[in-house]
Amino acid sequence: MSERATRRTIILVPYLWLVLFFLVPFAIVAKMSLSQVATAIPPYVPTFGLADGPAGWLAKARELSLDNYALIAGDRLYVDAFLSSLRIAAIGTAILLVIGYPMAHAMARAPERWRPILVMAVILPFWTSFLIRVYAWIGILKPEGLLNELLLGIGIIGTPLQIANSETAVLIGVVYSYLPFMVLPLYATLERMDRTLLEAANDLGCPPWKAFWRITVPLSLPGIVAGSFLCFIPITGEVVIPDLLGGSDTLMIGKTLWTEFFSNRDWPVASAVAVLLLFILVGPIMVYQRQQARQMEAGR
Amino acid sequence: MEPPERPSRGTFAPWDEPAAQPLVLFDGVTKRFGAETAVSDLTLAVYEREFFALLGPSGCGKSTLMRMLAGFETPSAGRVLLAGQDLAGMPPHVRPVNMMFQSYALFPHMSVEKNIAFGLEMDGRPRDEVGARVAEALRMVKLEGLAGRRPHQLSGGQRQRVALARALVKRPKLLLLDEPLGALDRKLREETQFELMALQERLGLTFIIVTHDQDEAMTMATRIAVMDKGRIAQVGTPAVIYEAPATRHVAGFIGEINLVEGTVSGCDGRRVTVATAVGDLTVADAADSVAVGQAVAVAWRPEKTRIVRAGEAISNGRAVISGTVHDIGYLGGRTTYHVDVTGLRLKAAVANAARSVERPIGTGEAVKLAVAPDALLLLVR
Repeated sequence: MSERATRRTIILVPYLWLVLFFLVPFAIVAKMSLSQVATAIPPYVPTFGLADGPAGWLAKARELSLDNYALIAGDRLYVDAFLSSLRIAAIGTAILLVIGYPMAHAMARAPERWRPILVMAVILPFWTSFLIRVYAWIGILKPEGLLNELLLGIGIIGTPLQIANSETAVLIGVVYSYLPFMVLPLYATLERMDRTLLEAANDLGCPPWKAFWRITVPLSLPGIVAGSFLCFIPITGEVVIPDLLGGSDTLMIGKTLWTEFFSNRDWPVASAVAVLLLFILVGPIMVYQRQQARQMEAGR
Repeated sequence: MEPPERPSRGTFAPWDEPAAQPLVLFDGVTKRFGAETAVSDLTLAVYEREFFALLGPSGCGKSTLMRMLAGFETPSAGRVLLAGQDLAGMPPHVRPVNMMFQSYALFPHMSVEKNIAFGLEMDGRPRDEVGARVAEALRMVKLEGLAGRRPHQLSGGQRQRVALARALVKRPKLLLLDEPLGALDRKLREETQFELMALQERLGLTFIIVTHDQDEAMTMATRIAVMDKGRIAQVGTPAVIYEAPATRHVAGFIGEINLVEGTVSGCDGRRVTVATAVGDLTVADAADSVAVGQAVAVAWRPEKTRIVRAGEAISNGRAVISGTVHDIGYLGGRTTYHVDVTGLRLKAAVANAARSVERPIGTGEAVKLAVAPDALLLLVR
């Protein structure tokens, strides 16, 4: 096999993978989003069968419509759910950055022999099921939970805090669950940074706090971008955390999608929500990809 | 090694004037890292407008000394003074000292221009002054056309010049250069050495350079401090260091040398005779006073050695050592003969003044080495 053929084969594998496991399912979902709900198995029409023949397919294709999208656009519930998801994801990502950056910075500055242990500590929660860890937060946050017992015991508060089943609880859950995704990329860039650059800045008359903003932060921008998108994108579509910690008042699009799909058995609307969510997130994903590509070009 | 070649500095020798105030003074400085002592009770003065070289093998403490001046390390004991002021407790960003880093430490996210402007901006200089001084610095290092480039778009030599411009643009009282030419290739390094010297002279600044390259130190420095294991072995002008090394370590570190151990057998004022394995050697002008029976070494430079065939005559008054040529190193400008003498291997370097020699001395030939008594050095330490 020639070198070119080898290279093509190697590139072909991920492409096949993407077509098979991303493009094909996406096409199915996209088609579903154009269908109408029906009492049938599967619960929508039309369904294309091999027996229909070209004429049948054409006739059925005419039944497809954008009705579901019109429904979503016209209903405040869906629009609000989208907006509130984006808002929670944005606030959550901001909090994660504020907490994660000092953590990653401290880890990168720790003595070298400590660093693997600290990285291990950040990864450690992954060894327990995500679902169980989010459940555990119910036990902590509920009115008669650990947090309230502690605060009441110390005497800081007189009546239990109503955190459970609120947006605050969702944010706590989100920040807790996604912290490693923020810390690890930040740590990777900060650890790689040449520390003589800070000495050079000091030497040129720049006090350490200013050197942090002028040198450390700009040079860790790739880590900030990577961490933020690694958190923002999945938080926007998050289902489990708002379901367990958010109660009925917290609207998030992932939960809405779940409800449409499993409770209402409205697969077409659920599919339309999924397609819209994808398009909303494609923007930031593309920004992220461009940043990564630029980073690669700049080299180091 | 040839005697140093450098532009004349006239009678610049503030270190010989008792009234001169040093710009930099290390006063009994010790620096320990845990159990390790990097610098040990070291005292050293550097004067204004000097081009001072700290020379030594890696790990000798020369970089630590420089980092203490810049403020990145604090002495465990002793004082570091700049223009009479104790630098203790003064953080790096307020010291009137700038440093050129070995790795250059250019800010990768800033253009050449921004890199150079950084120090001036930190001082809160007005924008038009910053612009003018950056332009001047770029002209000085001949990088006018590259102001907008990022460091990764520059060659090694260009980066080196940006780092120099960035360190010089603030007109520091003292510029520290940590192995400034280490990353350059040989030809570029030699060119840059002369550029640096001219620049230092023109700007009237004080430079302290850290280097492990003896040629670099010899070429550029007004004075050299040879360091060894956290101490200073000798401080002096390049000529003094080369012609009158104080210790075996200095003699061996700077240039090539023949060194023969022996015992003092005769003493007549400064004229000392030493019994060695290659015979009695008489040193005409010993720097240290010694006693008969003391263990010393006699050393001389290969280029101060004459080499002739065993049968040929040698003018009187020279120490003569007979041996056999083991190996010949032809270096173009000169030829080095490695001569075996009773278990020792001595070197004789001969300048190739004529284009061809009728009958050159060959390997295995019996030869005589002759050294004038005033070329012999007596080394006690």
